Amino acid sequence: MLHEFHSPVGREIAVGKAIPLRIRTVDDCARFSLRFDPARLAEASKAFGLALPAKIGDVAASSGRLAVQLGPDEWHLLAPLAEQGGVERAFAELYSATPHSLVDVSHREVGIEVEGTAALLALRSAIAFDIEAMPAGMGCRTIFDKAQIVLVRETEERFRIEVWRSFADHVWGILQATSREIELDI
Amino acid sequence: MLVIRCPYCEAERPEVEFAYGGEAHIARPADPSTLTDEQWKDHLFIRTNARGTHFERWRHVHGCGRFFNAVRDTVSDKFVTTYKAGLPRPTEAELEGMRK
Repeated sequence: MLHEFHSPVGREIAVGKAIPLRIRTVDDCARFSLRFDPARLAEASKAFGLALPAKIGDVAASSGRLAVQLGPDEWHLLAPLAEQGGVERAFAELYSATPHSLVDVSHREVGIEVEGTAALLALRSAIAFDIEAMPAGMGCRTIFDKAQIVLVRETEERFRIEVWRSFADHVWGILQATSREIELDI
Repeated sequence: MLVIRCPYCEAERPEVEFAYGGEAHIARPADPSTLTDEQWKDHLFIRTNARGTHFERWRHVHGCGRFFNAVRDTVSDKFVTTYKAGLPRPTEAELEGMRK
């Protein structure tokens, strides 16, 4: 609902064909922050309809759903908007037997997709750790310049950034400046 | 920039993701009301301020969010090891092995 009011939404950064790099905002989706007892993860996996990863940094994805484990008992879940109610109901049924916390953070964040052979180069401009060493299909929470993001490496050359809406402009601006530098080969 | 190994994420992460949490292994007195003001002051404010090996807490605040303990040399700023919160502090012999 609020998605269209994010300033980067609908914009795209495309760098010339010589260095393929495409940065765009991803379509709105439902996002949840889940805190769950890791010993009873199977119940959460059943409720979400996707086997949740059991190791920090691992990502599970299928049919529009994505789950990344951020902490020992913390997961970031993404699901298509239409399935938001279903996910909430499934977890609500679990609640009496297995206390947990499922918080809808859909409107808190914007998804930005960075794709192309220069994606690594673009992200390296503002992320301090060795992204190259991060295998595809991994994700983590980290710092992009000064803003906290969740970074998921979906494939070798495609990354997804989940950033709070108030920081989205800042992240977008840096990506824009970096893309310009890459374009001009600075 | 320091590179710190988070024992929960089991990965080397940049210093910007962490927050320093002061000296480690300081147990809160079980019954504070029986303490004298002098003892309470010592508990709250007096730290070892070690030159060399220092046991300290860090929090992986922009990562997994966990507190953990680290052993750092305050002179060289080198981390000897990091371990999960709640574990006993490594002995000097163990640390010596890790330094090599």
